[in-house]
Amino acid sequence: MDSDNAGGGAPSILNGRKPNILYLWLGDKIFTTVVVMLGASIIMLALGMAWVLFDEGSLSLREYGFINFIKGKTWDPAVQLVFGAWPFIFGTVITSTMALLIAFFPALAVAIFSAEYAPPWLSGIIDNLVQLIAAIPSVVIGIWGIFVLAPWLRDTVYMPIYLWTELNQPGLLPILGNPIGYGMATATIVLALMIVPYTTALAKDAIKSVPKDQREASWALGSTRWEVIRMAVLPYARGGITAGAILSLGRAIGETMAVAMLIGNKNTLPFSIFGAGATMPSVIVNEFREAVESLHLSSLMAIGFVLFIIALIVNLTAAYINRKLSIGGGQIL
Amino acid sequence: MRRRRIHDKIIEILLVIATIAVLLPLIIIIFHVIVEGVSALNYEFFTEELGSPSRAIQGRPTGLVHTILGTIVVDMLALAIAVPIGIGAGMMLSEYPEHMLNPTLRIMNDTLNGMPAILKGLFAFVLIVKPMGTFSGLAGGVALSFVMLPIIARATESALLSIPWTIREAGLALGIPRWRVVISAVMPAAKTGLATGLLLAFARAAGEAAPLLFTSFGNNYLPDRWFGFIFNPVDTLPQRLYSLAISPYSEWHSMGWAAAIVLLVMVILAFAFARFVTRGKVQLK
Repeated sequence: MDSDNAGGGAPSILNGRKPNILYLWLGDKIFTTVVVMLGASIIMLALGMAWVLFDEGSLSLREYGFINFIKGKTWDPAVQLVFGAWPFIFGTVITSTMALLIAFFPALAVAIFSAEYAPPWLSGIIDNLVQLIAAIPSVVIGIWGIFVLAPWLRDTVYMPIYLWTELNQPGLLPILGNPIGYGMATATIVLALMIVPYTTALAKDAIKSVPKDQREASWALGSTRWEVIRMAVLPYARGGITAGAILSLGRAIGETMAVAMLIGNKNTLPFSIFGAGATMPSVIVNEFREAVESLHLSSLMAIGFVLFIIALIVNLTAAYINRKLSIGGGQIL
Repeated sequence: MRRRRIHDKIIEILLVIATIAVLLPLIIIIFHVIVEGVSALNYEFFTEELGSPSRAIQGRPTGLVHTILGTIVVDMLALAIAVPIGIGAGMMLSEYPEHMLNPTLRIMNDTLNGMPAILKGLFAFVLIVKPMGTFSGLAGGVALSFVMLPIIARATESALLSIPWTIREAGLALGIPRWRVVISAVMPAAKTGLATGLLLAFARAAGEAAPLLFTSFGNNYLPDRWFGFIFNPVDTLPQRLYSLAISPYSEWHSMGWAAAIVLLVMVILAFAFARFVTRGKVQLK
């Protein structure tokens, strides 16, 4: 040991304190192993989720075949025991895309206002309030929808439209459906409200990431503030904004409780605008606890698997667009 | 030029209107929840069990004490599961950037984050409820931990990455092994970022009802002390709020509004606290 002190000068700091092999080398080994195992467990969870949903749904998927299960228009757990997912896929796609269409422009407007117009203090308040919308639990929005929004919409919006149509265009009534207040339209409106924060936050990030030169060049050309935004900022940020919109669509597709509480829950096509409908998450919530037939349970799991695939595609698309459009952009000089 | 200026003004006014239109529902919702719920928010609400519907209809004292306790147990279980795994995964992403699993981990973490919470409930149902043969608080905690995990992992990664590499290099130059640098130098420096991640994950998971419906299931009574909260069906606020809201009894509806107040306060507190800790440094995604 002492021979380490070969220089003969001041004793080494390591004298008498042999560096612990456990501390130095094994410590790092253990730490790395633990950290990598924890990281790998997330990978396993994501893969495991896909596998479990597929495996549990396989009874139903084998019975009908994947394509026929998706295309199947009848969902009857009571009498015929026939299960087809199409009504719910249709309901999910319609409600979430309509919600995105309603939410997109207001959300973009809020992002533009908060990023470009509002003074910092106001912008901070707006951002926090918008994020607060995202923080409100889905069930709280659901209970508000059941007791406040749906009756209000029924009395002040749906009924007048329905009565007007009845007088003037009776042929359109089947499309309009029963204005009971709980149905596709109400669910869509609530969904739109719930995805606004996501669209806004992601659009604002994209707008904020536009370099200063880009704006200054436009200002120097004599543009007004709106022209700067329209011609210099928005084209540059469009990748991020689009990706944000698609991610919000993903949120809308997976939104469960508020929709299940407001959509009226009807399993048979055709759905109408005001009438009751169902989405993939809502049917799982409504029937999973009561499902006794193994084919019924398995079909619900299979719907979960289809939902997994749709959510996966939406998320990957958003990531792809974000990379494709925001870095290359085509606008950077 | 004048026309362009007017155009500019009109756009500005439209943007203001849109902003108000988006924020108005928030205020309306909070207003209604408070007005409708505050009358049912009495002493019994915090001390009595719910029991059967007749209890509320006959005006006997009912409350949601079992729900509030259950929520605390399930949320704490979820945190206990999600925090170590999430922080570990975040560490892997930030401290071992060269690790070959990292690109996969990042994609899988984002995938998990983008998955509807109800699928996490189905997953936890198959993993825990089926083998155990009964709905349980444990299963609820596991389901919620799936909701929290990706948020914590992402927040940990960005919190640790915001610590300059020079701090790690200084530590390594002193001969401190890498793991000790991470635990004793990097983690303390990043603690506000870590805390924000935990609070946001909690705020998000605490409001989720969908994954709990098939895992902790719900219970009108207090489970047996103490392990009953873990191994028996347990009531939680979001799931109870759903059951109360779709029940046909008006007494239960007002209890539902009161539950909404409690839930809203809990979530907003966590959210506001997360905001306060960072004071505008990190954006919620």
